[in-house]
Amino acid sequence: MTQTNLTHLQRLEAEAMHIMREVVAQAENPVMLYSVGKDSACMLHLAKKAFYPSPPPFPLLHVDTTWKFKAMYAMRETAARDAGMQLLVHQNPDALRQGINPFDHGGLHTDMWKTEGLKQALDLHGFDAAFGGARRDEEKSRAKERIFSFRTASHRWDPKSQRPELWRNYNAHKTKGESMRVFPLSNWTELDIWQYIHLENIEIVPLYYAAARPTVERDGMLLMVDDDRFPLRDGEEPVMRSVRFRTLGCYPLTGAVESEAKTLPEIIQEMLLTTTSERQGRAIDHDQAASMEKKKQEGYF
Amino acid sequence: MSEIYKTDTLIAEDIDKYLEIHQHKTMLRFITCGSVDDGKSTLIGRLLFDSKMIFEDQLATLEADSKRSGTQGEEIDFALLVDGLAAEREQGITIDVAYRFFATEKRKFIVADTPGHEQYTRNMVTGASTADLAVILIDARKGVLTQTRRHSYLAHLVGIKNIVLAVNKMDLIDYDQGKYDAIVADYRAFAQSIGITEFTAIPISGLAGDNITTRSANTPWHDGPVLLEHLETVELNQTVEQDKPFRMAVQWVNRPNLDFRGFSGTIATGTVKVGDDVRVLPSGKTSRIARIVTMDGDLSEAVAGQAVTLCLADEIDCSRGQLLCAAQSPVEVADQFEATVIWMDEVEMTPGRAYWLKLGPQTVSATVAQPKYQVNVNTMEQLAAKTLDLNAIGVANITVDRDIPFAPYTDSRDLGGFILIDKMTNRTVGAGLIHFSLRRAQNIHRQATDISREHHAELKNQAPMVLWMTGLSGSGKSTIANLVEKKLARMNRHTFLLDGDNVRHGLNKDLGFTDADRVENIRRVGEVARLMTDAGLIVITAFISPFRSERDMVRGMMQPGEFIEVFVDTPLEEAEKRDVKGLYAKARAGELKNFTGIDSPYEPPEAPQIRIDTTKMSAEEAAELIVAKLIP
Repeated sequence: MTQTNLTHLQRLEAEAMHIMREVVAQAENPVMLYSVGKDSACMLHLAKKAFYPSPPPFPLLHVDTTWKFKAMYAMRETAARDAGMQLLVHQNPDALRQGINPFDHGGLHTDMWKTEGLKQALDLHGFDAAFGGARRDEEKSRAKERIFSFRTASHRWDPKSQRPELWRNYNAHKTKGESMRVFPLSNWTELDIWQYIHLENIEIVPLYYAAARPTVERDGMLLMVDDDRFPLRDGEEPVMRSVRFRTLGCYPLTGAVESEAKTLPEIIQEMLLTTTSERQGRAIDHDQAASMEKKKQEGYF
Repeated sequence: MSEIYKTDTLIAEDIDKYLEIHQHKTMLRFITCGSVDDGKSTLIGRLLFDSKMIFEDQLATLEADSKRSGTQGEEIDFALLVDGLAAEREQGITIDVAYRFFATEKRKFIVADTPGHEQYTRNMVTGASTADLAVILIDARKGVLTQTRRHSYLAHLVGIKNIVLAVNKMDLIDYDQGKYDAIVADYRAFAQSIGITEFTAIPISGLAGDNITTRSANTPWHDGPVLLEHLETVELNQTVEQDKPFRMAVQWVNRPNLDFRGFSGTIATGTVKVGDDVRVLPSGKTSRIARIVTMDGDLSEAVAGQAVTLCLADEIDCSRGQLLCAAQSPVEVADQFEATVIWMDEVEMTPGRAYWLKLGPQTVSATVAQPKYQVNVNTMEQLAAKTLDLNAIGVANITVDRDIPFAPYTDSRDLGGFILIDKMTNRTVGAGLIHFSLRRAQNIHRQATDISREHHAELKNQAPMVLWMTGLSGSGKSTIANLVEKKLARMNRHTFLLDGDNVRHGLNKDLGFTDADRVENIRRVGEVARLMTDAGLIVITAFISPFRSERDMVRGMMQPGEFIEVFVDTPLEEAEKRDVKGLYAKARAGELKNFTGIDSPYEPPEAPQIRIDTTKMSAEEAAELIVAKLIP
């Protein structure tokens, strides 16, 4: 018999599909968190594959902060429609009322819009399993998180009492009120994601490709002035630079890199030759070494 | 290092060519094990660093961390790169498995960095369960240690075929070939004693970089491979799995409309082609593969490791948990096995208690018998054991509540590896590796009788049931049970009262009051009660039955709706005040061990059908209330 050596991407793809099918079979009310970024795009594509010819049997949930890039909002609607899935959008009403924003409120912005917003949305709809696109290569505490990550009724993660996770045998048992966060892309790297997007022709937000965009340099980061809510400091003047984004979040918190990469191979080339990690573009991790672990314990994805 | 520079040039000069090569890489998953100071994290740090997986900003953080809390003075402490949790950095030890990623020209690698301490055995087993290869690290100055033996035993136990013995810190013994050879010979003798027939030994230095990515000039006498070369070329488990007969457990039935019915799953072993005859287990029905469906179009064949959706030629019954097999070589189906059990919970295993057993997509109720023996993981000795504590490994018989298809673990991790889940806490409390099915399960069949349970019940003109009274000692269970039986007798009902104390004088006189014995006590009473309901009787029981899981187990034995749980709710202070039999006084004086409420827990029912508050009503009123509910 001739042997077929599956490639690493084929094996990662099969693993992600297997995980998604386990969740759908075991959970009562699953949802897929959809952040509109490249990892979400990849995860959504894998969901379509896992359940084909059925549409993925769960809705997409976007926990919105009102501060995402305009291009991301445009992408969100088409992606859900193309997949034949329902799109749920949640904006934390408290944050909305108090006008929480990344310019004036620092860490509170992430806490209220994202951490609290996510918890509210999960409680509101009674979701007992939520897919997230996090990868273990992103950050040190993520590297130690299980694929099926158990959360208490108050959404807390306890890194010291994680369930042993053997083979592809995932325990999704839980009592009422408790939930699972499930990470089908756990074993993917940034390069795997890009290569898969390239191979599978997955549509991503154009912000990942280099283009001339209005930017200002602030605190060592290049920020894009995406709309007129961006308060310019004295002497700041938006300058058109050819930039792209390696990761997408709230536009005032996401640093751009100067680049000429206009195709996926060029992006991958740049990434491979670059000397800084992907999360460096995000303000959220810079506080302290264990900041992500702390945020995750509190319920952040 | 040369290969990596070559890659760099290729990326810069011809990215398309690079992507083409990278796309066809295979993947190897391996674990590294060693004890605290063997240099495990340094080795991984070195692999990541040499394959350019550490970026400048991470390096900057690492340098800062190294100065603050590192153990290498002014040098970079690579260990800080892999110890990710705050508690781990504080204590300088690895607690949980960390997964790391790197790639070379030939392969992509997933490294599970597993903790070495004995108290984190469950975490090491987690990492090892998905690995194709294990790198066992030895400090060249110390040779084969207890930890080396434990790690090797565990790696071999979970079925890792490729073992690499990495003798580290060679620089600290001046690359002495004699010392190295002695360590390897020592390890070989041990390895053979536990059944490891082959391994690859490599002299390395994680700190100095000898024989990691390039051949070291310091060890000209070493004629084996260097570490990375070996990792790049070793045969993958996956291709081995493809040579076995076809098996795929159904995860999910795909039914978008009335015209399509597919069975989705990941192929565990073998290859499947359109037109192949398949058998569905446990039902035994056969059909033919009509289509292999994927979003990228139908396939003509698929292999182990692929996630697919199969359509069959016939409309046969098949649902989640069932197994599709090559029709000519199906797996065995059984409800009793011998298995190696690895206990993973702080609360010890209770023989006889019902746990969920999850084997792939099959979830069934299971009990573990008292272990035949426990293995001392440091000396490999077999010890007698009544139970299994956290991280203990033993061999025991497992009984499940229905027939399930399986394969011995050595044939398939997917079909022979199961986890045990506590029904109350939902935690994963154990893992098991199936050895073989027990003959007695195959040879004992149920004998059909002509007078059915319905017939028995009809003759007595009543619906059989079990009235299960639970509550603390001295709560009034026996008194109320007795009154209930008297009332029912007056109404011409055929009843039988099973009383805790009475049963312990006969049927259960061999049992004591440990948790395991309490479980067995209740199991036997449950079985007797079930036989009596088959005979058409109304059974009244009065047992403390302190554990929810055992009451649930008995509920599961009965026909739906025939188990009525009555919670005789008397607060501990009240029961102790009454102390009819003087037992609480004895227990408080330390003369009675494992007394419920004092030094053994009572888990009250969460949703009893009937709750009796004995502080608010008399025994007579309670009995009336119960009878009124039973016979409206």
